[in-house]
Order: sequence, then C-alpha cells, then structure tokens
Amino acid sequence: MQERQIETRRGLKCRVLEAGQGAPLVFFHGAGGLFKEEPLLERLAARCRVYAPEWPGYGVEGGEEKLEDMLDFALHGWDVVDALGLDESVRLAGHSMGGMIAAEMACIANRSLEKLALVAPAGLWLDAHPIPDMFSMLPFELVGALFAEPKNGEKFLTGGIDFSNPQALQNFLVTNARRLGTAGKILFPIPNRRLSKRLYRLVAPTLIVWGSADKLIPLPYAERWQKLVPHAQLSVIDGGAHMVPYEQPEPVAAELVRFLG
Amino acid sequence: MPWPHLPENFRETHRSVWVDISSKLYDPAEGNRVYHEYMDQLEYADSLGFDGIGVNEHHQNAYGLMPSPNIIAAGLARRTSRAAIAVIGNSIALYNPPIRVAEEFAMLDVISGGRLVAGFPVGTPMDTNFCYGQIPALTRDKYYEAHELIMKAWREPEPFAFDGKYNQLRYVNCWPRPIQKPHPPIYIPGGGSIETWDFCVENDYNYSYLSYAGYKAGKALLDGYWERVAALGKDESPYRAAFAQVVCVADTDADAEKLYAEHVLYFYNRCLHVYLGFADPPGYRTIKTIQSGKLNQFRAENQRLFTSLTWKELVDGGYVIAGSPETVRERMEHMIKSLRLGSLFLLFQIGNMPNDKVKHSTKLFAERVMPQLRDLWPEWKNDDRFWCKPLETRVRPEETFAARNGR
Repeated sequence: MQERQIETRRGLKCRVLEAGQGAPLVFFHGAGGLFKEEPLLERLAARCRVYAPEWPGYGVEGGEEKLEDMLDFALHGWDVVDALGLDESVRLAGHSMGGMIAAEMACIANRSLEKLALVAPAGLWLDAHPIPDMFSMLPFELVGALFAEPKNGEKFLTGGIDFSNPQALQNFLVTNARRLGTAGKILFPIPNRRLSKRLYRLVAPTLIVWGSADKLIPLPYAERWQKLVPHAQLSVIDGGAHMVPYEQPEPVAAELVRFLG
Repeated sequence: MPWPHLPENFRETHRSVWVDISSKLYDPAEGNRVYHEYMDQLEYADSLGFDGIGVNEHHQNAYGLMPSPNIIAAGLARRTSRAAIAVIGNSIALYNPPIRVAEEFAMLDVISGGRLVAGFPVGTPMDTNFCYGQIPALTRDKYYEAHELIMKAWREPEPFAFDGKYNQLRYVNCWPRPIQKPHPPIYIPGGGSIETWDFCVENDYNYSYLSYAGYKAGKALLDGYWERVAALGKDESPYRAAFAQVVCVADTDADAEKLYAEHVLYFYNRCLHVYLGFADPPGYRTIKTIQSGKLNQFRAENQRLFTSLTWKELVDGGYVIAGSPETVRERMEHMIKSLRLGSLFLLFQIGNMPNDKVKHSTKLFAERVMPQLRDLWPEWKNDDRFWCKPLETRVRPEETFAARNGR
C-alpha cells in the first residue's frame, strides 16, 4: 500500500495508507494500530479506494495530547475525511476501537453517510459479559485474548523486535505507552462512552462483522449492536477471534465487499 | 499498615496483593485490633519524641490498610499534641471535587493546632488507575489541576469561580481555613517520574522518594533530583528531600536478624507481590520518564529480586537498615549525607511484625540513634520552610479533657 501525510484543519498531521481503485472507503484501525501487514485492507483494495488513516499517538507525528475525549476523536475522524478530500457520501469502516469511533462519527454527523461497516467494534458494555481489562494484561495474555492462533499474535504484536536490545525495548515501551495511552482516553477503564444512547441516530445501512470466538468482546455484543442500530445486518465469522481481520481476512473481506457493493 | 495474616503460600495462590486481592483474606473483627495496634504505635512514636508521625493513602490492598489516611490522622490529632501529623498524602486527582482535600486538610491543621504536613501524591497506578478508574494518560493533567485548585482555595481570601477542565465550581470557598499561612508545608511523594522534580523545585515543595529499594538504589534518583535543584538555581537545603527507609534496631546485629528477619521477609515476599499488569498501565508514566530509563519499582526484575532476597542481601544492599544502635546510626548517617536528606520517613512496623518488637525497635532508635542524627546539617538548622509551624498556644486534648471532666 502507498502512504502519504495529510494535515487536518486543526493542524494535526497523520499518515494514511492508501490502495486500490473504486468508490472510497475510510477504514479506522483499532487500539493496536496499523500493522506492517494489513491483509484485510489489501483485499478490500481490489474493489475500493481504501484509505487507512493512523490515529494521533500511533505514528511519528505527535498531537495525541489534543485528543482528550470521545468527541475529540470523532471530530478528528471527520477532519481526516475532509483532509482526504472526500465528499459526504463516504463509506466508513473500523475495527474494534476504530469501529467505536466510526460509529460515533456516524451518530454525530449531520450528513448522509452512505454505508458503515464495523468489525468487532468496542463502545458498549454488558454487565453480564464484562470485557476483559486489556490495560492490565501482560503481552502474552493479550495475545491469548486477541488471537485465535498465538503464533499470529506474536507476528502482529511484537514481530521482529529483539527485546534483549535495550534500545529496542525502550522504543517498544515508548510506542506502546503512546498508543495505548491514547486509546485509554476512550477505552479505560470501561470502554463505554455512552455511545449506546446515540446509536438511534445511525441511519445508514450498517454491517456488523464479528468472530464467533472473540474472547475480548464476545459475541453477545454483536447482538446488542444489531439491536441498537436501526438498519444493521450481522455476519458472524466462524471461529474468528477479536483480530479476525488479521487472522481470517478472506471471509471478512468477502462480507464487506458483498455489503459495500 | 499491612494486613499481617497473609498465608504462607500467598504468592502461589494469589496473583496480586493489590487491586483484585480476595477480600476473604480480611477479617474485620481482627481489623479492629490491628487498626488500634498501629495507631498505638504511632502515638508511641509521638511519646518518644519523633518529630512527626505519618500516614498515607492506598486502596484495595493488604499492603496498606488506609484508603482514607485522614481518618487515622484525625484520630492521631486528638490523641497526640506534639508531633507533626504527616499525611503523605491525599491522591488529589481522586477527589471529586478536590476541594474536599483542601477542606479536610484544613480541618486536620486546625484540630491539630497547625501540625499538618500535607502530602500530594499523584498516586500509584494500582490505586489511581486500576482501583479508582482514572484514565492513565490524563492522570497527571488532572493532578496538576487539582493542585492548582487546592492551593488557590487556601490562598484566596474571598470566594472565587474555578473553570477547570476536570472541575467546574462556581463558588470555591474553603471553610475552615488552615492555621498555617499561606498553607501547610507540601510534600510530594514520588516514585521516580522526572517531571515531579521540577514541580517540587519550582514550588519549593519537599520531594519525598518513597521506595523499598533502599538508599543505595535511591542514590541515583536523588542525584538526579539534586541536579535539577541546582539547574533551576535553587538553594541546596537538605530539607528539600525526604526518603522512606525500613529500619530495625536491636541490641546487637545478630539480634536484629533473629528478631526482625521473618517480618521483613513477609513484607518483601507477600506485601510487595503486585501483579505486573497493574504496575505500569500505558499512559501513566510520561514518555520523558520512560526515555530517561527510570523504570517502575514494581517491574518484573524487582518483583523477582525482592522475593529472592535473603536477610543478608536486604541488609547489605541497603534495602533495610538493621542492626545494633551503632550499626544503624553509622549507616543512617552515611545515607543522610550521601543522599542529602533533611527528612526521613522511617518504617519500624513492617510486614507482620508484632507490637512488642515494633516498640522495642522504635524505642531503641529514639533513645540511642535519633539524638545523634539530629544535627547533621548545622548550616541549615534555621531553615523552617519545609516543616509545619504549630501554634505556640494550642489545645492539648488530653489536658483539656481531664480539666473539663475532672479526671
């Protein structure tokens, strides 16, 4: 995928991955950030012009201190869409935290969003199904909570880092502190910023994709989303974990392409 | 104030002494005895001539049983009338609104006749983020705002409006007011975040390094602090720095091991058994601090180290200062001079140490060590900026009670 820098009207700079031809789709990544390999985006690029902006705190540019609450994140999302030069009939997608923000953007926008696709979005809380506290998890625990196959977790989360090198370790700690520190502003300690009371406003056709074996945000959340969003359809990926876009990109891409057209 | 009844196999059967420890381990009826024993020990220290007696704030743990140190401090304010009451401190980002701290500290200062030393910790990640749900990346920002609000509430003579990011108050009007003007001395307990140094130096607050890694490990950190003091052009008063140290005094060095080793090991093995996932949530420490290479004292290496240490290693490594009065005096003098310390927070009760041993150690220290450590900074002996200034004429509750009630 190609990458370029954009600057929002607020003056925040961010990196955007881009690929493909066709109608535009803006995809917002989850709390783990953009990875070296983005298998879902590569597949979507066969059918759409995919834009994957990086959230402040996740790239080399600073600016994350300007995002303090959910409204800041959602408005930044729209600023990015504007900076990409896209018009109102944009299609949005997001995974996990990115899905939470994309849904919030759709709820606050006074515009006719064409379509919204959410893969295992965060943002709701069910007392009967508490989401494990990812902020207190050690790396190996995180791998188990996120991935169906631990090998995949190591590849995506810590791939290629030599932790015996003190500089590499410190870089990893700094990167991790910036990324999850930023994510914590909308996910800590409970990933619920009252989106549920605004979801009635989400009138665009919406696809919810969920892995049947998601251990971080389990399947009952998919049903809750379907119930709260007025025009939602649900696709469940058999055996998928929370990181289903990375472990099972084929079926996820197929569902999104079917929905987006 | 540790819970003294953690099982032998606590480490194997529980993942953390803090945050999610099973409350089945706590027995409230035994707690009644334990609180009074610990408060008795603090009152005993007052009677032996210590300058101050200290309490602090922790939540959801068996390592420190004071979610509200102000409650203990209020008891001490009534039962003592001489020593400073050092509340080290209230985690000001956790109070909603933080004006509550301005009020309660003012109450303590007034009840104690101006004996309050006021501590404002950012708080450990375990307490602040995991127990009290504060967002790690915003904790420090919220802390600074709370500090600004409290100090303004103490300084401003008239009601004012406060339009903060985390606190919006139309009428800030602290009643009662502290006795000490413009405010009680401020102590900032820190675990090693480097921006805390500049905050202390710029405001002339005492920086209190609270660690269980002992004075040898503390030296590197205090050196960094003193460099900032010099760089910011401030004087080098030793009263700008305080340090926490575990101290065990016995008649001889051999007796110290015999009397205290099992209790100190209980502390290092069980009371510091914190689940690593609670020690350092992303966003709590600033990028600057991580880049400085100063790692959290609850990190993995320390967890392994603390639990494997023998008594000899704890003593030789300076984690614990233990031995005869002469041994303790010699090591403490070295510590005070090399770290340049004006104040010390000494922990005599530790782990599951029973009352008779605590009193034995405390008394030996007060009588045979303390007098010889009092005059180590003669050139700064008139520096009263960092300690409380009690009223000359203040109520002494034990006397007034007896006079009023004819006893």
